[in-house]
Amino acid sequence: MIVLEKRPQPSKAWSYATPLVAVVATMVFGGLLFAILGKNPVEAIGTIFWEPLFGEFSFYYRPQLLVKGAPLVLIAIGLSLGFRAGIWNIGAEGQYIMGAIFGAGVGLAFYPLDAWYIFPLMVLAGAFGGWIWAMIPAFLKVRFGTNEILVSLMLVYVAEQLLASVSLGLLKNPEGFGFPGSRNLQSYDAAHNAELIAGSGMHWGVVAAFVAVIFAYVLLNRHMLGFHIRLTGEAPRAAKFAGVNPPRLILFCLGVSGALAGLAGMFEVSGPSGVVSIDFNVGYGFTAIIVAFLGRLHPIGILLAGGLMALTYIGGEIAQSQLGLPAAAIQVFQGMLLFFLLAFDLLTNYRIRAARSEVA
Amino acid sequence: MTTPLLSLQGLTKAYPGVVANDHVSFDIAEGEVHALLGENGAGKSTLVKMIYGLVKPDSGTMLMRGQPYAPSEPRAARADGVAMVFQHFSLFDALNVAENIALGMENPPPMGDLAARIREVSENYGLPLDPYRTVGDLSAGERQRVEIIRCLLQDPKLLIMDEPTSVLTPQEVEILFETLKKLRSEGTSILYISHKLEEIRTLCDHATILRLGRNVGECTPSETSARDMAELMVGAVLQTPERAGRAFGPVALDVTGLSVPSPSEFGTALKNVHLTVRKGEVLGIGGVAGNGQDELLGALSGEILTTADAIKFNGQPIGRLGPTARRKLGVLTAPEERLGHAAAPNMTLTENALLTGSVRENLETRGFLKWSEARVFAERIIKSFDVRTPGPENAARSLSGGNLQKFVIGREVLQNPEVLVVNQPTWGVDAAAAAAIRQAILDLAAQGTAVVCISQDLDELMEISDSFAALNEGRLSAPRPTASLTVEEIGLMMGGAHGMEVAHV
Repeated sequence: MIVLEKRPQPSKAWSYATPLVAVVATMVFGGLLFAILGKNPVEAIGTIFWEPLFGEFSFYYRPQLLVKGAPLVLIAIGLSLGFRAGIWNIGAEGQYIMGAIFGAGVGLAFYPLDAWYIFPLMVLAGAFGGWIWAMIPAFLKVRFGTNEILVSLMLVYVAEQLLASVSLGLLKNPEGFGFPGSRNLQSYDAAHNAELIAGSGMHWGVVAAFVAVIFAYVLLNRHMLGFHIRLTGEAPRAAKFAGVNPPRLILFCLGVSGALAGLAGMFEVSGPSGVVSIDFNVGYGFTAIIVAFLGRLHPIGILLAGGLMALTYIGGEIAQSQLGLPAAAIQVFQGMLLFFLLAFDLLTNYRIRAARSEVA
Repeated sequence: MTTPLLSLQGLTKAYPGVVANDHVSFDIAEGEVHALLGENGAGKSTLVKMIYGLVKPDSGTMLMRGQPYAPSEPRAARADGVAMVFQHFSLFDALNVAENIALGMENPPPMGDLAARIREVSENYGLPLDPYRTVGDLSAGERQRVEIIRCLLQDPKLLIMDEPTSVLTPQEVEILFETLKKLRSEGTSILYISHKLEEIRTLCDHATILRLGRNVGECTPSETSARDMAELMVGAVLQTPERAGRAFGPVALDVTGLSVPSPSEFGTALKNVHLTVRKGEVLGIGGVAGNGQDELLGALSGEILTTADAIKFNGQPIGRLGPTARRKLGVLTAPEERLGHAAAPNMTLTENALLTGSVRENLETRGFLKWSEARVFAERIIKSFDVRTPGPENAARSLSGGNLQKFVIGREVLQNPEVLVVNQPTWGVDAAAAAAIRQAILDLAAQGTAVVCISQDLDELMEISDSFAALNEGRLSAPRPTASLTVEEIGLMMGGAHGMEVAHV
């Protein structure tokens, strides 16, 4: 019989190795899945991981990595602060939508004025939109003890309805021939989150993601607030003993994750997407949860995980179009990644030992 | 010689990294009270778990009345007439006594018959108990009665009791001993596990002493002095803490009319607690666990806020201040629960040093942490308090209980507190470490710190405290000088027998 034995302390080696082991296991079992679907597994895996980076059309795909990775990293960084403290914001998707609506709303309100301050105002509005949406579960939790998982998740669907409403009404393009969706911000220079270097994929959202990574790293490793966040996650009673004010921590963590998700939405709507439309959100807020865990809730890890996730997105799309893999197979493949990560994670705190059966 | 009831021969059990029992052999005679004596970690629990079928020995045999005895599970042990009362009760608060007992039975009889049986047995052994009372309303002593009666209903040949008096007042201990003596007179053998030497001397016929998993000696307790037994148990000559005679300064901590509800559902609210501690004074607070100790510590540490004037430090009201503000003033605390409350299990000792040390040891500037200073502070605690660990980068959970306790107490002591409140400072700590911790507390008091020591170990409180008060159902008795107190008076302060009927045996 196999037994799990708790390690006296977490294994450093395994905590670094598990993400790599998880990726390898995903490749193996994903390959198996593709083989069952009748595709050449080596070719499929190669298409997903190789093609976007070094393939024939990589000049097109590489910028896409930044475009897809940035919102994931930005949102995941915010989520990771709360997750570290045991505060579960599952509604980043909703905060992302609200950030986009608020940001785009401010931009469109100024249309067609051309002024330097419009874009900064949109940034603030986007952050505010995400923040205020996250404050709803935060306030309800602090005041009434509601479960933030449920409230934040349900608010995603409220945000989606709101998105549909403004796309069809308030923010609808008056010159859009009745089609749903707002004016395209890409063609409104003062509000356009354009690429900083043409063709690089590098826009302000990417910059914000990198800044967030550094900010989170310093916060968690060098600052008392970060220490208190980690302490609250590790041992809530000890945190209270150390002087942490739990309600304040809840407001801070949910607020920051909401604001960052809002920023991601704002940068997306004013840049790569350009338009507030019914199908504006594509699940970044949910995928960011995977990214946060894949990156072990560590800022640098999240940066790498965001890149990896973006890679599977883009590679998955290529595999769909070139090899005819079903979209569902790609989603299973991404799900495997999280599954294997969580499974192998056990080895950080436990070791596997063969043992005789015993009643203990 | 007659055949013993139970004979253990060369029992050995090893866990990864530690040999819990190493060739332990001894006999338990029919109708004797046999003490199993040893410090925490000496292997007493593992040994009784083997007898009760919870753990299988790696090698060695047991004979019951000459027949091989190797229970594969507790059920088999019970079938062979072995019953056990655990230190921690396994009772459902919401059910009544009879229902709780029925749950533990293989084929429970109808409730009416069972209740009658419970009445009969409990009257017989001087443990009156109403089978229809809800367990949630019972005192610790009464809950223990439920567990004992549950065992007695099986008509055991051998009754194992694991530290039964740790939850009892001295008066309740008296009642229990009468019951045990009656059982013995009827021929039941009792294996009595404890580290309280005086108890063993009054009750037990024979004692086996374990140290580091080995049987290091046997004795007849009534003919051996407590000190000799203690030294057998510890394996060294014991240092008694020294206390220099000293004068007390002005009042440092003044608690007046402190009433707070408990933050937890099954906690005990504090009701109108008054206490004062002068500089240099050690106030001992006794009482059975669960009578408001955690709540009192929480109220003093700032985890539970009270009205401002309920707690005063040097005349300044601090009832509304949180833990950080109180630390800044010099009011430091060390809670009972080491892992999860006083320390974060998965964090390093450096991080745990930072946990309470950041304010007074200057380990942060405007919120930014000084890791190297924190590490130095952790190293200082490790060195001054002889904490056995490879270094401050190790996780708190990798330390043994005693070592972590030394770290947790040392962390507060080294911050030069004005007021130090400790809860169960030597709980689960070996005798040598306990002596070191008590000495550190006394040294601190000698330097003028006002100390409040909450403990369930009466011997400890008698040893170190200048005055003594007891918590009982959230109320604190008036403090009295320790020197003039008798055991009976202490027992009465702790709530006496909690209105339990005295044994009629």
